[in-house]
Amino acid sequence: MAYFLNSSIGKKFLVSLSGLFLISFLFVHLTANSMILFDSSGELFNRTAHFMATNPIIRVVEPILAIGFILHILYTVILTIQNWMARPIGYHKQQRAFSSTWSSRNMIWLGLVILAFLIIHIANFFWKVKFTGDPLLGKVDYDGVEMENTYHLVTTFFIQWWWIVAVYVIGAVALGFHLTHAFWAAFQTLGWSDNCWRKRLNALGLVISIIIAGGFAIIPLWVKIASMI
Amino acid sequence: MDLTLKVWRQADRKSKGNFETYQIKDISPDSSFLEMLDELNEQLIREGIEPVAFDHDCREGICGMCSLFINGRAHGPGHETTTCQLHMRKFKDGDTIVIEPWRAGAFPVIKDLVVDRGAFDKILQAGGFISVNTGNAQDANAIPIKKFQSDEAMDAAACIGCGACVATCKNSSAMLFVASKVSHLALLPQGKVEAVRRAKAMVAKMDELGFGSCTNTGACEVECPKGITLTHIARLNREFLSANLKP
Amino acid sequence: MKLDGKIPAGTIAEKWSNYKASQNLVNPANKRKFDVIVVGTGLGGASAAASLAELGFKVKIFCYQDTPRRAHSIAAQGGINAAKNYQNDGDSIYRLFYDTVKGGDYRSREANVYRLAEVSNQIIDQCVAQGVPFARDYGGYLANRSFGGALVSRTFYARGQTGQQLLLGAYGALNRQIAAGNVTLYTRTEMMDLVMVDGHARGIVTRSLLDGKLDTHFGHAVVLATGGYGNVYFLSTNAMGSNISAAWRAHQKGALFANPAFVQIHPTCIPVHGTAQSKLTLMSESLRNDGRIWVPKNKEDAEKIRAGKLKPVDIPEENRDYYLERRYPAFGNLVPRDVASRAAKERCDAGYGVGTGKAVYLDFQDAIKRLGKDVIEARYGNLFQMYEKIVDHNPYETPMMIYPAIHYTMGGLWVDYELQTTIPGLFAIGEVNFSDHGANRLGASALMQGLADGYFVLPFTIQNYLADQLSLKRMDPAEHPEFKTALEQTRSRIDKLFKIKGTRSVDSIHKELGHIMWDHVGMARTKENLEAGIEKIAKLRDEFWQNVHIPGRDDTINLELEKANRLADFLELGELMARDALHREESCGGHFREEYKTEEGEALRNDKDFMYVAAWGYKGAGKAPELNKEPLSFEYIEVKTRNYK
Repeated sequence: MAYFLNSSIGKKFLVSLSGLFLISFLFVHLTANSMILFDSSGELFNRTAHFMATNPIIRVVEPILAIGFILHILYTVILTIQNWMARPIGYHKQQRAFSSTWSSRNMIWLGLVILAFLIIHIANFFWKVKFTGDPLLGKVDYDGVEMENTYHLVTTFFIQWWWIVAVYVIGAVALGFHLTHAFWAAFQTLGWSDNCWRKRLNALGLVISIIIAGGFAIIPLWVKIASMI
Repeated sequence: MDLTLKVWRQADRKSKGNFETYQIKDISPDSSFLEMLDELNEQLIREGIEPVAFDHDCREGICGMCSLFINGRAHGPGHETTTCQLHMRKFKDGDTIVIEPWRAGAFPVIKDLVVDRGAFDKILQAGGFISVNTGNAQDANAIPIKKFQSDEAMDAAACIGCGACVATCKNSSAMLFVASKVSHLALLPQGKVEAVRRAKAMVAKMDELGFGSCTNTGACEVECPKGITLTHIARLNREFLSANLKP
Repeated sequence: MKLDGKIPAGTIAEKWSNYKASQNLVNPANKRKFDVIVVGTGLGGASAAASLAELGFKVKIFCYQDTPRRAHSIAAQGGINAAKNYQNDGDSIYRLFYDTVKGGDYRSREANVYRLAEVSNQIIDQCVAQGVPFARDYGGYLANRSFGGALVSRTFYARGQTGQQLLLGAYGALNRQIAAGNVTLYTRTEMMDLVMVDGHARGIVTRSLLDGKLDTHFGHAVVLATGGYGNVYFLSTNAMGSNISAAWRAHQKGALFANPAFVQIHPTCIPVHGTAQSKLTLMSESLRNDGRIWVPKNKEDAEKIRAGKLKPVDIPEENRDYYLERRYPAFGNLVPRDVASRAAKERCDAGYGVGTGKAVYLDFQDAIKRLGKDVIEARYGNLFQMYEKIVDHNPYETPMMIYPAIHYTMGGLWVDYELQTTIPGLFAIGEVNFSDHGANRLGASALMQGLADGYFVLPFTIQNYLADQLSLKRMDPAEHPEFKTALEQTRSRIDKLFKIKGTRSVDSIHKELGHIMWDHVGMARTKENLEAGIEKIAKLRDEFWQNVHIPGRDDTINLELEKANRLADFLELGELMARDALHREESCGGHFREEYKTEEGEALRNDKDFMYVAAWGYKGAGKAPELNKEPLSFEYIEVKTRNYK
């Protein structure tokens, strides 16, 4: 096993598995977030957030998710450094665009943009909800159940600062580009691709990227724009 | 045609190397790229300059000895073409052509445009064969093999070992090369006996020799002169994973 | 010298079995005490080295390329023959033997050819076991195609890359033995000389092509698998590096060189486009199955085409001369290679050539009309693509242009039944020997011979020699005087080349040699022409040794030095070829003397005076070589005139 994880394909195996796991997380997260769009009173979103914060399955998955993120980031960084070292002297001239997509060549940079976004995002919301609390994070009571007013925290952020909206939109777009390559590539690395499935998976990957990027980008924009109308 | 050539010159493995610019005149558009370099060398010899060293042998696109990164592309412009099959009509009169050696840590430059691709041999020595002694074979028709499988094995086996995949890959990954052999043998019943050992040993050797890993950009497939596809890399991944997941 | 072919006793079908039953073998425990040197890593070299190493011998193998897989066997397209009779069309070992001897115009050794046919089936088995992806039918069984000169379908193939796949199979077997430590591989290393000790071949001198370092290696036996000498013509379908130097050095040390004049000129190559051309590309013989060969009937039309004023499609049917169909109604466009080549030259010399004047058309319009473009594309798509890449014409719309080119050399070092040259301990396998193809080789037989020699013949026959050498201890080449002398000779030869410091580049002289060879020792030879050629070659050789210029240093990659070293030997070989052609006063196979032809212009053999192998002994550069004859007798085949009318 130690050999397996030391091999290039073994490392990529972990990156792929963790990546696919993170995609599944993104869908859950997006579904939860989209509740902001459907109820401007915030109840739906607050209930969802409360459910997520208290559900035992989600509690168990949360640390796994954290491990998924760490593995994905750690191993891609290791692999990228190894890949850079594999070509100590570069070309004077190289027509890269001819033979590969921009996203596929810039996965590490897209990943780092997403990581930066993630840090801001966690500091803004997750950290506050979970640990420090925030003046904006009051309590609400629905049918006798007291829960945190996460909706208020989130929407206030978007409404107050344009740059936060911009950060979220940039994060979503970077994620979208990351996923256009990542989805099929994960299956390819796991060996689940051939001439036929490659086309299908790439098409599916594109659809997923658009849904994820579009979904995450629309929410802050919607909140901001709705507040202005 | 009159051309300006920017050619990488490097005296030996240890030297630093630099680009030199040469002017060359009256090249026939029907000449092959290597014939153009032959003419350049004749000209350099006349001028008392050491000719440019470059690898080549069969000059019909099958031995895999020619290399060259031409104007930013492995084997230059053209689809499924080796440098020796590239003709000057693909260029325009007055063009500047940049000629570089393959660049990869595992392919050190030996001199000018010549690189050492011995790493490929080492990978194949690790397991890119079927262990059958001469005279051990049963009748050739004893095992029927599905036509499509045999055809797909041939697709993979068409690899000429030129190294364009490594040269063009942003990670200098040799996955397409390794995949072509693993896939070729994995598709045939004869090759299944040693499949586990082969996949493990070849990937381990590939990693050891300092090739990068595959990030599925697909550049290798586009530049492969024999049109070997990423599907074979998927099969290599599958073979490697199942080799390691088996007890 | 009396030449002993060492043909075993018995009927032709029993000879090989008898030989194997009675030869000396080396005890398994003793095999590791023997070193065998193999020079060349093509089909013959790789398969021999791997097989010897599997038996337990310690093998050193050398190639001038950066890896064994580049050897020019890789470029063979069409296929490999075997008498499997999988098609149930009446094939047999005898029939393959018969076709090969007849195709070679009765100038090969019967016993060798029979053995070749006999082991051909094992080759296919071995290659399939190695994973060679031969073409298969939908039932999963092996497919065959037919080739010129045979009435059965016996050619196994892997698309248009059969040579590549067979070589990669042998290379895989070689890799396995390298990994096991039984074979030591030396790449980018060229053999410079043969080392003889007490009349036996005991080693070689090598030069590293990377840093010029000279080295010596000991072997109880030396095997040359260095291929043919087509590059003496400069333009040929051989690889740029293919050369005769290793074999020539052996020749200089006493190995006889047999039938050097027998070279094969392949009719369907892409024509020469200009003076800068370095290499000719073959288009597979299979194209002649559906393509029709023609030139304009009127000289004026041919002139207009050459001037670019007329296109081939503009020439109406009645003004086209389908000369092969006209001259050989029975075989038409599918006459053997030598016949098709000569006919093309005849038309072009008469002024009917197209393109540069040295080309004829190979037209697929009728086939496309009859079968549809799809069928033609399925059959020849990759060849058409290759043609378009090189010539930039679309063969679906305009006829291909083709012209004959040097392709294969039947002549080579003389070997006996054991594949041993006249130097004890020196063996020659594959194209570098002369043994199996006579005066003309049939398509898909070169691959067969290389692998037969390497896998199934040499590993047995070499033991008959080695068994007697058990008492010979390994020599230390660094200490042994003969090795030191040979090394010094090589050193002084290189120094001599450098010191010339003349004004001409190696290639310019090589091109000139090529022109002389093509014009004087080419497709149609005459006494006067050959004599003139011998003089010109001698003059050019002097010019080379006085006026060649080699730039750069010896201690680094120096392509000019490599080429010069090879050219020096071609300049001697060329003369020997001309002398052989001059002495052979008959026309047979690839050797055509204008003086010896029938009234219809066909080759006229002289079996009474020339049914022998001409094996030449070296007497010094520019000195007349010594002729030795090995008479040929045909007990199992009736000798007939080849007739393709």
